[in-house]
Amino acid sequence: MRRYSAFAIAREAARHHQGWERAWRSPEPKKKYDIIIVGAGGHGLATAYYLGKNHGLTNIAVLEKGWLGGGNTGRNTTIIRSNYLQDPSAAIYEKARSLYETLSQDLNYNIMFSPRGVMMLAQTQHEIRGYQRTAYANALQGVATEFIGPQRVKELCPIIEIGGPRYPVLGALWQPRGGTARHDAVAWGYARACSDMGIDIIQQCEVTAIRSQGDKVQGVTTTKGSIDCDKLGIVVAGNSGVLADMAGFRLPLESVARQALVSEPIKPCMDVVVMANTVHGYMSQSDKGEMVIGGGTDGHNNYTQRGSFHHIEETVRALIETFPMISRLKMLRQWGGIVDVTGDRSPILSKTPLEGCFINGGWGTGGFKAIPGSGWAMAELMAKGASPLAAAFGLERFREGRFIDESVAAGVAH
Amino acid sequence: MSTRLATGGRFLDRNQPRVFTFNGTDLSGFAGDTLASALLANGRSMVGRSFKYHRPRGIVASGAEEPNALVNLGQGAAFEPNQRATTTEIFAGLKAESQNHWPSLEFDIGALNNLVSRFLPAGFYYKTFIHPRAAWKHVFEPIIRHSAGLGRAPKERDADRYEHFYHFTDVLVIGGGVAGLQAARAAAADGGRVLLIEQSAQWGGRAPVDGGQIDGKDPEVWINDALEELEKAPNVTIRRRTMGSGVYDHGYVLGYERIADHTPGDTRPRHRLWRIRAARVITATGAIERPLSFAGNDIPGVMLASAMRDYVVNYAVSPGDRTVVVTNNDDAYRTAIALKNAGLDVPVILDARPQAEGDLPRAARDLGIRIETGRAIARVKGRKSVTGVAICAQAGEGAVLEEIACDAVAMSGGWSPVVHLWSHCGGKLIWDEAGAFFRPDPDRAPISHDGQPFVATAGAASGQMTLAETLKDADSAGKVASRALGLAAGRKGAPKASQPQEGPITPVWMMPQGAGPALRQKMWLDYQNDVKVSDVQLAAREGYESVEHTKRYTTLGMATDQGKLSNINGLAVLSGALQNDIPAVGTTTFRPPYTPISMGAIAGEARGDIFQPIRRTPIHDWHDDNGAEWEPVGQWRRPYTYRRAGESTHDAVMREVKNTRQHLGLLDASTLGKIIVKGPDAGRFLDMIYTNMMSTLKPGRCRYGLMCSENGFLIDDGVVARIDDDTFLCHTTTGGAERIHGHMEEWLQTEWWDWKVYTANITEQLAQIAVVGPNARKILEALGGMDVSADALPFMAWADGQIGGFDARIYRISFSGELSYEVAVPASQGRALWDRLIETGQEFGVMPYGTEALHIMRAEKGFIMIGDETDGTVIPQDLGLNWAISKKKDDYLGKRAQARSHMTDPDRWKLVGLETTDGSVLPDGAYARGSGTNENGQKTVIGRVTSTYYSPTLDKGIAMGLVLNGPDRMGEVINFPALDGSATPARIVSPVFYDPEGEKQNV
Ligand SMILES: Cc1cc2nc3c(=O)[nH]c(=O)nc-3n(C[C@H](O)[C@H](O)[C@H](O)COP(=O)(O)OP(=O)(O)OC[C@H]3O[C@@H](n4cnc5c(N)ncnc54)[C@H](O)[C@@H]3O)c2cc1C
Repeated sequence: MRRYSAFAIAREAARHHQGWERAWRSPEPKKKYDIIIVGAGGHGLATAYYLGKNHGLTNIAVLEKGWLGGGNTGRNTTIIRSNYLQDPSAAIYEKARSLYETLSQDLNYNIMFSPRGVMMLAQTQHEIRGYQRTAYANALQGVATEFIGPQRVKELCPIIEIGGPRYPVLGALWQPRGGTARHDAVAWGYARACSDMGIDIIQQCEVTAIRSQGDKVQGVTTTKGSIDCDKLGIVVAGNSGVLADMAGFRLPLESVARQALVSEPIKPCMDVVVMANTVHGYMSQSDKGEMVIGGGTDGHNNYTQRGSFHHIEETVRALIETFPMISRLKMLRQWGGIVDVTGDRSPILSKTPLEGCFINGGWGTGGFKAIPGSGWAMAELMAKGASPLAAAFGLERFREGRFIDESVAAGVAH
Repeated sequence: MSTRLATGGRFLDRNQPRVFTFNGTDLSGFAGDTLASALLANGRSMVGRSFKYHRPRGIVASGAEEPNALVNLGQGAAFEPNQRATTTEIFAGLKAESQNHWPSLEFDIGALNNLVSRFLPAGFYYKTFIHPRAAWKHVFEPIIRHSAGLGRAPKERDADRYEHFYHFTDVLVIGGGVAGLQAARAAAADGGRVLLIEQSAQWGGRAPVDGGQIDGKDPEVWINDALEELEKAPNVTIRRRTMGSGVYDHGYVLGYERIADHTPGDTRPRHRLWRIRAARVITATGAIERPLSFAGNDIPGVMLASAMRDYVVNYAVSPGDRTVVVTNNDDAYRTAIALKNAGLDVPVILDARPQAEGDLPRAARDLGIRIETGRAIARVKGRKSVTGVAICAQAGEGAVLEEIACDAVAMSGGWSPVVHLWSHCGGKLIWDEAGAFFRPDPDRAPISHDGQPFVATAGAASGQMTLAETLKDADSAGKVASRALGLAAGRKGAPKASQPQEGPITPVWMMPQGAGPALRQKMWLDYQNDVKVSDVQLAAREGYESVEHTKRYTTLGMATDQGKLSNINGLAVLSGALQNDIPAVGTTTFRPPYTPISMGAIAGEARGDIFQPIRRTPIHDWHDDNGAEWEPVGQWRRPYTYRRAGESTHDAVMREVKNTRQHLGLLDASTLGKIIVKGPDAGRFLDMIYTNMMSTLKPGRCRYGLMCSENGFLIDDGVVARIDDDTFLCHTTTGGAERIHGHMEEWLQTEWWDWKVYTANITEQLAQIAVVGPNARKILEALGGMDVSADALPFMAWADGQIGGFDARIYRISFSGELSYEVAVPASQGRALWDRLIETGQEFGVMPYGTEALHIMRAEKGFIMIGDETDGTVIPQDLGLNWAISKKKDDYLGKRAQARSHMTDPDRWKLVGLETTDGSVLPDGAYARGSGTNENGQKTVIGRVTSTYYSPTLDKGIAMGLVLNGPDRMGEVINFPALDGSATPARIVSPVFYDPEGEKQNV
């Protein structure tokens, strides 16, 4: 792989950029791989990357039915934070966040991790207590957060209306090293690094069946033919239930459309990420200048990637309350993605009833921030059969009642 | 230079001049002008700067597709960035400024980016700014952010109003050109309700500019007749300035009406969002012309040929004195002819096709215009404005054959139907080889709830590019829609139309065909975002082959025009680079809105005080008049405390607790949820909903109940009163009323639909006042009426009767540990009862108390609070509430879940009381530290504080908490680290701090 740098750009500029090589190869599938990962979203690609990097396994194919990064990885609002309440969540999200810190250097691809700070507003007494509790938990978990007062909120984000009238801002949980990253770049950077290690990323290759012999996985049938493998990782977000069905088991999750929208770009006016759970909305400003806004989640299950308009309406109302100035901005585009939501809203990183078949899903509305940590843990789980970061997220937790419920700490999901 | 022509201008009212300001200079236009036409009329062809390279930008289009002419509009509370000049009607006093430059439009430092543009190809930022690590956040990102963005951020609170409007119609026709008018006529012929909307201020669309005849009449005459007919029809509604913004599932369509953008300050709402339910939707949204990709096609003065014709005919604006026309189709000849007819010079028409033989080229030739076929523009000359073109052969690599001086270029690369609204809800496209465009595939239309297609297209939006076919298509679309609704369609046929015959288009995606890299770096695809032919080719070379990858890597089509001009050209270049067919490459997804709509319109009236309804109890005003500090609880406001002059909030709370414990307190408990559950199966139903046995409760008695989710976790609690054999009244928490009512209904409707149970949320029907304290009985007796003695109304009983002349239901229940009655009266009587209690209570030392005193008193008693002691992970067994779980029942919601191994694990965090060793108050939310760390390196915790208060009764801090095996560790001292590193030790004690025997409440 030829490395990216300012010098490389200068060299190429001299020849009209004719010399750039492909970011990733586009190979035909082999007959057999040691490991197949289904789904070239962030989580699937990161899993393949850390299998290669941490465990030296590279006879791997990542199969993608569409284009890599085109699922939720390319549709989300890119908030990265790790101020979770429960220990297992804080562990994996903080692992992810810390990997994000150096990901551009690790991948030699600028994923634009921007640790600009994330604040979660407290607008009721109940929220104050919840966030104070989170701050205490985070301190012991090694996650740097603090509870700040309304004046500090206003200093950090002058466009917030802290005076209400309906829900005055009473404080916020502030994670200074939370932030955002460029979602496409995360997928592309991992894909390039995977391809460079010899991992095959095969796009336009939909898995249509999972083959097994006895209780053990044998391979997959795809739109590009049959491919064998020793181990299979299912990492398909909103389609988890569909793939689990192919593998012969059921999952405790539902697929629903989650929406987002952006405004037209404007000059910089907001340097932090703000989430307002009481009114249900969150917003940040992209480097392009668009206000990036997370919308609601449909109350009914579907696969349309569209979503109902009334959620957009509720979200925009909530944000005009919080940031009155956006009333005179315009919505440029709205879209949706299909998120897979579990009963306790925490992910699944697990072995499955089918031997050799593993699943990584259920990240629902908040898995972008987890990509590096999830890939790290899933790779370890697939390579070694167990991973401390993944331990609490096994499927058996639903049978045992060992839920990891975060809803108390974050009413809004993202 | 562009100027105003002395005559003409279909839209102008020359008797009504309008003075407006651009970049601080007063300019003048006429009523009927858009800001764009007025700027051109004043010779302002450069109106902004591009996003990335800060290149000079001029007006290229005449409508919603305009990528360049965006301005900061208005001032103060009426300021709006990124307003499109081509769709802004001017009004007297309009103030606009160009965007994205510093210090000025003419001299922009940001244009340095342009000088180094060869170092800034598509995606350059992914390849650099990687080292040193901290530099991205502190250096590079701020620079990128400041040079990006477009308009300024608004600063003030929006002064305008917005509203929502609901509309139901049989057929919605979007687009008021001749196709839309004819589709509406046909759809309405048999009485179906029709709504016709048009985004601009004018009806008729392109036809009056493009010429031809309809039913032997000038299009303008036909349009006026059609409009008159529609206006008269009682079943037809028509609206201008109303854009079809998005098509959603099941015929839900958003319309965006710009009511008062052009008449600011006239007190009408600025925008209105139409929420339309239509059985059938016809999109008659026309087509948009495509630019051609030649070097320098972004220089101000290069314009779409159709737009140029619009400016000449509609606004009497000459875009230049000498205009070179460049095309690959016949349509652009109309522009040459229009310019010539307006007395302007057209030195040459460059036609990339080998020959040009249709009616229009012939007419142009007859006017004496020079036509060069097989020719292309090698390069446009000029920097901030066009000064000439270099001509080459289309077939070659761009060797210059001739240079021609000119001050404007009109380009036409063919037309693309506007397919956005068709596509929003799943309509599919096919590639039309002959027309070189994507058009809707009628066989794969968006499908509604009934499995039937619900969107159809009409006219140019279908890909019908001649007047006659457009009208035929529109007529048929209207009739089909009418028939689909079961109405007989009108019998009248489509109007007959005639037009010059047009020759075929030859697709041209790059000019000249063999242009080398240097030229390709100067061919713009996306003017606003600065995406060039070379960028798309670079993306393809680097493997960003999917059209979505290319879009995201280059930002093609991601600007505020969402690629209305650039998308098709870009993907044609991509397909060329991939050596693949255009249809195989496909399009990106079309998403609402069609053009950006204001956030204000989306929010509508719901802002400020009425952002969400405020729920008020009947006693709300009294609280407000008596010093209540409000606390939002759900949509309710509850008094946190009643602060008196000179008192701190803390003092007030302490006073309220003490007074209630010593004398008498009143609490407005009206917000507590009250749900009636009625029917022969009501008892059986509540046995499933609650962990307790409710069916055995006797009428006249109350029972404290717990509700769990099917996962076993405690979700709500409250007192249930049995009213009669068939009727229960269930109290819920204040925040839980709607949720629990929904929860009950969900189970009734999905699982136990055959049980005879009816539920009703009557929370707001009743006012409820807690009368609490040693003097509680005395005051009720003083009021007079029903017997409230311990015998007549023992603890956990209720009775109906009269008290002080009020019809009341009195419950003997207590959440404070004191002697306590809750008196419920019809909501209308709530305030009167409260007033009486305050008045009569004077001699008994009455004082109202708020939620904080309530919380302290319940904590002193060790009563749990949903949301404090519970958080979605806690089961009743953790809270020492086993007594409330019936062992006699076969089942209740959560029972099976509570039998799971983790739930029955003896090692769980359980409820205890906590007391600091020095009497101080434990910090809220603090965790108790165990020893060592877990396998993920996190410090081990063994418990946490769930509620913590200063107790004025005990004169020390008290707390409740969940601690690992807590009840087995009474007396043990555990440590709660503070955030500053210090730690507070606390002793594990019983959670009941006050009157453990219940002597106070059972008197
Ligand atoms: C609107 C929205 C906003 C969000 N905001 C945030 C946020 O701010 N912060 C945050 O942390 N998270 C956010 N999320 C969640 C986040 O996007 C996801 O959790 C995360 O991207 C999931 O990544 P993934 O790799 O698991 O899934 P995806 O990126 O969806 O990848 C799954 C891939 O599997 C492929 N696939 C599916 N079926 C098959 C098959 N049969 N064969 C082959 N391939 C298949 C799909 O095509 C897809 O590419 C948001 C999500 C949405 C929708």
